[in-house]
Amino acid sequence: MSSRIFHIAANTFREAVRDRVLYNLVAFALLLTGTAILVGQISIQIERLVVINLGLTALTLFGVVIAIFIGIGLVSKEIEKRTLYTVLSRPVARWEFIAGKFFGLSGTLVVNTVGMAAGVFAAMLYISRQLHGPDAWVLVAIYFIVLQFLITTALALFFSSFSSPLLSAVFTFCLFVAGSFSEDLRGFVGLSHGAQHWLAIVAVYAIPNFSALNVINQVAHGNGVPGQLIFWNTAYVLIYTLAVLSGAILIFEHRNLK
Amino acid sequence: MRAIEILGLEKVYQVGFWRKRPKRALYPLHLSIEQGEIFGFLGPNGAGKTTTLKMLMGLVFPTGGTARILDMELDDPRMKAQIGFLPEQPYFYDYLTARELLRYYGQLSGMESRQLGPRVNAVLEQVGLKDAANVQLRKFSKGMLQRAGIAQAILHDPKVVFLDEPMSGLDPMGRREVRNLIEQLKGDGKTVFFSTHILSDAEALCDRVAILNQGTLRGVGAVQELTAGIQALVEIVWAGNSVPTALTTMGAGCRIAGDTVRTVLPSAQQDSAIEALRREQLRLISVTPVRLSLEDYFMAQLAEDEREVVAAGQAKAAR
Repeated sequence: MSSRIFHIAANTFREAVRDRVLYNLVAFALLLTGTAILVGQISIQIERLVVINLGLTALTLFGVVIAIFIGIGLVSKEIEKRTLYTVLSRPVARWEFIAGKFFGLSGTLVVNTVGMAAGVFAAMLYISRQLHGPDAWVLVAIYFIVLQFLITTALALFFSSFSSPLLSAVFTFCLFVAGSFSEDLRGFVGLSHGAQHWLAIVAVYAIPNFSALNVINQVAHGNGVPGQLIFWNTAYVLIYTLAVLSGAILIFEHRNLK
Repeated sequence: MRAIEILGLEKVYQVGFWRKRPKRALYPLHLSIEQGEIFGFLGPNGAGKTTTLKMLMGLVFPTGGTARILDMELDDPRMKAQIGFLPEQPYFYDYLTARELLRYYGQLSGMESRQLGPRVNAVLEQVGLKDAANVQLRKFSKGMLQRAGIAQAILHDPKVVFLDEPMSGLDPMGRREVRNLIEQLKGDGKTVFFSTHILSDAEALCDRVAILNQGTLRGVGAVQELTAGIQALVEIVWAGNSVPTALTTMGAGCRIAGDTVRTVLPSAQQDSAIEALRREQLRLISVTPVRLSLEDYFMAQLAEDEREVVAAGQAKAAR
């Protein structure tokens, strides 16, 4: 990674911290503490299941909201406020700017996720008094959630490279929702015929497969995650993210910054 | 080697949502700027100054033509390491302090970290922001932001500095400071290319100026050369409160103030006017050549453009 990408990423991270983005951790901590206390009082035997399910789902939603709402402003805000002019008039290539922004927001989300994950484990410890072997699979579920954040950040960046912030947010959110139901879409491919069948196949490959990245229920029940799935999910996310970022760079490289 | 060479740079934007139509922002522009010059790029709002600067900075892509800075292409990173740019009405990352902002830009310019600290301090002192070095930019006034903008433009010791409306929005003190800074840059051997519509600043600072209107270059040269080309005027003042008929027929506008009358005429009519005053036995008080300013030249160019537009409209209507 060139030093310029690192400096742009570090500045993006600093912006998120100074704009108090990480304050959402406080809201998350309050939510989990409240849940753990409540669940401890009303559920029998399934406290762990409820805490993991709720904790990881909340972690996903908090992260996706941050990825979308910061991601859509990463490029458009810089153009609107003209801060980009003084960056691109230096020996900084446009692709380096996009890459730096992507790594900066991804870094912010990773730090945020680490904080929230610590909260989930603290709540689990509060409920069960001790951690067990299968609890380690929760880490894999959290890793998959981070992979979802990478795709969401790349999509937000992609849309913000040519569209308004509002439309970028709508497009990214729609793709996140559609991607979360991609297993159902795969089922539809088998049932459909003719043009519908081909359209469904295109949609299956174009829409990010967030279903495969969601193992929350599985790990909440104490089941493990196959190593193969971890490998293929990692490869899929890297390729998908790279493709989306390449699209963003291609559009941004040819854009007039009026 | 020239500092800047613009070879037919032009820009046509496509405007409209559904039916795109072309809108020309800049007609093919040819300009050469020597090293060490302070070059003023003048024109009213919408003349194409900022578009030209953005094309030189690689922010907007030209429709035609090309340009070279320090004999390098516009997309050459080596060239970009040797130029500084202050955009119009700059806005910076307001969550950073002035020191952090300069460190960030220095890093992006490829400055080594051990030279960065002392250089940031020196530049902050040079632009008068030493005491505000650790204050977040969101607490800066407009004038302070402009100074921070100039600081980031000169931080990496560039050979060519581009300033887009550097005096815009500044109070007289601020303008004077920016002027001094530009003069200081020239003293250090830098080339300064700045756009402005404040003509007095350009007149006071520039070795040469170019005048742009409606995307077309209307004139280039030293201020004295340009103003020498327009009609010389004289101011005639006489005692009394009457205006000879001969002067009225010459089309001279006369202003009566107390017991004196004042008129400004082309110098070619000076002798006839004095003769008319003598015939009427009016006492001549003074005849003074009017010093022509860049503003006069500028206004003459705009008036000429307007006449051309009217003539073109009439010709079209006649067809």
